[in-house]
Amino acid sequence: MSRLGPDFLPRAIATIALYPEPRSAMLPILHLVQEQNGFLTEEGMAHVAELLGLSQAEVYGTATFYDMFFTHPVGNYLVSVCTNIACLLNGGYELLEHAEQSLGVKAGGTTPDGQFTVEEVECIGLCGNAPCLTVNWRFFGDVTNEGFDSLVGDLTAGRLAETVPPHGTLCRVRRTVGLEAAAAVESTSVPELESGERS
Amino acid sequence: MADAPETSTDTVSITVDGKVIAAQPGEMIIAAAERNGVYIPRFCYHPRMRPVGMCRMCLVQVKGPRGFALSPACYVAVAEGQEVVTDSPEVKKAQDGVLEFLLVNHPLDCPVCDKGGECPLQDQTLTFGPGETRFVEEKRHWAKPINLSDLVLLDRERCIQCDRCTRFADEVAGDPLIEFVGRGASIEVNTFPDLPFSSYFSGNTVQICPVGALTATPYRFKARPWDLEQVESTCTSCAVGCRVAVQSSGAKLTRYLGVDADPVNHGWLCDRGRFDFEAVNSDERVTAPLVRKGDELIEASWGEALAAAAKGLADVTKLHGKGSVAVIGGARLPNEDAFAWAKLAKVVLGTDHVDCQLGDGLPAAAVLGLPRATIDDACRAPVVILLGPDLKEELPVLYLRLRAAAVDGKTKIVELTPHSTGLTRYAAASLGYRPGEVALLARALVEGGGGEDADVAGVSAAAIAAARELISAGNAVVVLGRPSLAEYGSSVAEAAGVLARLPGARFLPALRRANVHGALDMGLAPGVLPGRVALADGRDWFGREWGALPAEPGLDTLGILTTAADGRLQALILLGADPANDFPDRQLARRAIAGAGFVVAVDTFLTDSSRHADVVLPAATYAERAGTTTNLEGRVSRLGQKVTPPGVAWPDWMIASELAVRLGGDLGFDSLESIWAEIERLAPSHAGLTTATLSARASRDGVVTPLPAAPTEATADTDDEAAGADATGEAPVNRPALLSFAAPERAGDVPALDSYSLRLVTGHKLYDSATSVRRSPSLAGLVAKGKLRVNPYDLDRLGLTTGGRIRLQAPRATMVLEVVADAGVPRGSASLPFNLPSEPAADLIDGSLAVNDVRIETT
Ligand code: SF4
Ligand code: SF4
Ligand code: FES
Ligand code: FES
Repeated sequence: MSRLGPDFLPRAIATIALYPEPRSAMLPILHLVQEQNGFLTEEGMAHVAELLGLSQAEVYGTATFYDMFFTHPVGNYLVSVCTNIACLLNGGYELLEHAEQSLGVKAGGTTPDGQFTVEEVECIGLCGNAPCLTVNWRFFGDVTNEGFDSLVGDLTAGRLAETVPPHGTLCRVRRTVGLEAAAAVESTSVPELESGERS
Repeated sequence: MADAPETSTDTVSITVDGKVIAAQPGEMIIAAAERNGVYIPRFCYHPRMRPVGMCRMCLVQVKGPRGFALSPACYVAVAEGQEVVTDSPEVKKAQDGVLEFLLVNHPLDCPVCDKGGECPLQDQTLTFGPGETRFVEEKRHWAKPINLSDLVLLDRERCIQCDRCTRFADEVAGDPLIEFVGRGASIEVNTFPDLPFSSYFSGNTVQICPVGALTATPYRFKARPWDLEQVESTCTSCAVGCRVAVQSSGAKLTRYLGVDADPVNHGWLCDRGRFDFEAVNSDERVTAPLVRKGDELIEASWGEALAAAAKGLADVTKLHGKGSVAVIGGARLPNEDAFAWAKLAKVVLGTDHVDCQLGDGLPAAAVLGLPRATIDDACRAPVVILLGPDLKEELPVLYLRLRAAAVDGKTKIVELTPHSTGLTRYAAASLGYRPGEVALLARALVEGGGGEDADVAGVSAAAIAAARELISAGNAVVVLGRPSLAEYGSSVAEAAGVLARLPGARFLPALRRANVHGALDMGLAPGVLPGRVALADGRDWFGREWGALPAEPGLDTLGILTTAADGRLQALILLGADPANDFPDRQLARRAIAGAGFVVAVDTFLTDSSRHADVVLPAATYAERAGTTTNLEGRVSRLGQKVTPPGVAWPDWMIASELAVRLGGDLGFDSLESIWAEIERLAPSHAGLTTATLSARASRDGVVTPLPAAPTEATADTDDEAAGADATGEAPVNRPALLSFAAPERAGDVPALDSYSLRLVTGHKLYDSATSVRRSPSLAGLVAKGKLRVNPYDLDRLGLTTGGRIRLQAPRATMVLEVVADAGVPRGSASLPFNLPSEPAADLIDGSLAVNDVRIETT
């Protein structure tokens, strides 16, 4: 499914209603597309353009500006290894090299089974636990080579499903405050919003 | 679009490099300095767009509370007492730095760059740059070039990210199809994947790109700028009359650039106007006279061809009388040529069956006889009433101007249209009326009434009330043309007559053909004489110099073609006209050409009409000859000659003169100047507009006729030479009054629509089978396929699906084509482009009907 589906469209509409200008809602809605599809599909971006009354190029321009948006498919697990100064001094490059070797892909690449994408990133704010990385934007600090391998094992076996959501999920706790009120003002057709945890 | 700030009597004084200058409140330092002779270098700043402060090339020192600080001159507005320094060592250092930085990633492939030689980056590096770089690393590399569209290519390495092209696309054209993609060192201008920059205005981005990043396919690698010669001219691809620089290399036209004429085009051109010079260069031009021998057209000398044409016309006249000859066309001709042909037709041939419009226009009196507005007037009017075609398709730069005025809140648009147009999304109100019923709608708008909730012409009472509210401010400008070619033009004329009663209403005619307004001014219409005068009113005035004029007003093109098809009109002169393609009843046109015994075509190409002629006379066209042209405002501006006509083609006025001699007349013209002198002397609307006035520097942007001070009213004429009256001792003849428009009678109701039928709506597309598009290779590929647009409600009702193929039946033809749902088409209507090569609505129309109905069914 590439356009926003029934789980996501009402949330998009409610989010747009929060802002005086629809286009202000572009980033949150793009995250919804990425959460639904794992990356920003062309149809998904086109849908966002339609919802906001913008051209597709405008949405594309914004989406490509930000490193957390992907306009091409990525693996189920996006492994982002930090090589910025603190991590560099603590073996960030060695960790990246190890990740590349053990997964068999270069930074930027995705394993043939579509499970893992490795990328090199700037400081992710976990310098105190360098070297570090994120998987689908969830932190893992003080990562040794062995630690990395067992992390990969755990992810593959599904043992970390609680901690690491599918790629694209910013946050599993849904905002509810404000959305309903805004939606009630703007539209009566917005279905009930999810609240609380979403699996 | 940022207009130049309104001129104001209050000025702000600022100091630039120690000199006190007067600036306009609100303007940016860069503009104030430039007007006062201080040029601040720039890349991203463009006077016709909003500032962005993107490139930092314009850094100057501006004094603030903490002393002088570097600020972008394009982004800081002037303020009273402001002190600005543009030439200090600090500024120089900043300029050095910015240029060194911009050149870090620039490939410096100037020898193979189209911009080399006219490149702001080259020039400003020379003038303001460091001359050295510290960058020794490898530069970026991109695949080059990429296609942003069929017409525009991008070499991303050369881009300096000035945001001009992207701002233009969004702000000016309203087609935000290109954007900055990516970030930092990997930023590039690009489109959404597989969604090309297909804007009608894309060529402007090439012109304003300050480097060679954007190139246009028709020009890429064709010439070096220093090999080009140029002359300023006016685009005649439509009636907006944008000012252009026509450039040639050797004997071929190479490129057009927009020239910034403040009252007209603000420097912009549409892509059709910019690139259709390829048609002028075409190998398929008619280069020699052709005379029919049996089934074939054989090349002949001018002498033979003119003799053949004259003999044919004289024979017909002798046998059937003067009213047996008709002239169709003339909108392609410059003013002087139109005047010469009007004189030839109405005096030498003695016929008033003359019409420069092809059934796709309005009665001459509706164009000439209503109070006229300029484009600027429209952009400043409290409200603009659009009663005409889709301006984006037919008069593109007028669309840009009105769009900008609406977006900037300078005017409000109320649109009366039978299908949504390019301006619909910017309109304050868009009233979708049922074809043929626009006069009813106009009445409801002007007179109100009609009951609380009675629909009029398919428009709800509430929508009409809202629109009435909008126009209640008065002083509306009505943009008047043909909303659809499948309904009678007379219904639009009737609506115009009604709207003319609005207090302070003025009209901007929206007829699109090249110089159609000039041709009407010059008398190429039935019942009128040159200078916007009715035949009856001008008979004495013109008669003194010209001799006898036709006794009665003649037929318009519909009348001419109908009569010729019946065999009651024996000779046709086609003056650059192709009725077999362009007349909204093609079948009738074809029968007429076949029915007329003798046909003379003056043309640049063999068309579906001219190839059936008995004599074809090759004409010189745009950029091959000088003259003047008149745009839809009545603005007369000069055409420039840049190349020589192919073969032995002549300007049209020469053809008229030579033909006149062979018909036993003498037009008395030996040059364009001699024609203009007669126009100025005789044509009341052009009185006072001398060649000297027209060539004056102040007239660069053209001159709107009639001149305000000109004695255009019926005043006693004291000018001896004007009427030659005194010499003969006769009573002086008054210069006739200008034509005025008498609102036509209320026409009968259009027939009711049966529930199986849809009422046809049609108009031109910018790229269609017009000769200039078909003969321009770069444009020919852009022509779309015809699709029928129908309201989703009707589609449902008829059990059809959008995107499906349908069979469309009309009395004239049956065609199979795709149907798409379009809520912009009112219920009960079906919209199909007029003149596309495939499935043209032109094949369906019966010109004798007030409206044309069609039926559709699944195939
Ligand atoms: S392509 Fe040209 S106009 Fe567009 S941003 Fe780059 S340099 Fe500027
Ligand atoms: S709008 Fe008309 S006059 Fe202007 S460039 Fe286009 S075709 Fe030429
Ligand atoms: S440097 Fe790696 S997290 Fe800050
Ligand atoms: S011209 Fe001022 S920042 Fe570009």
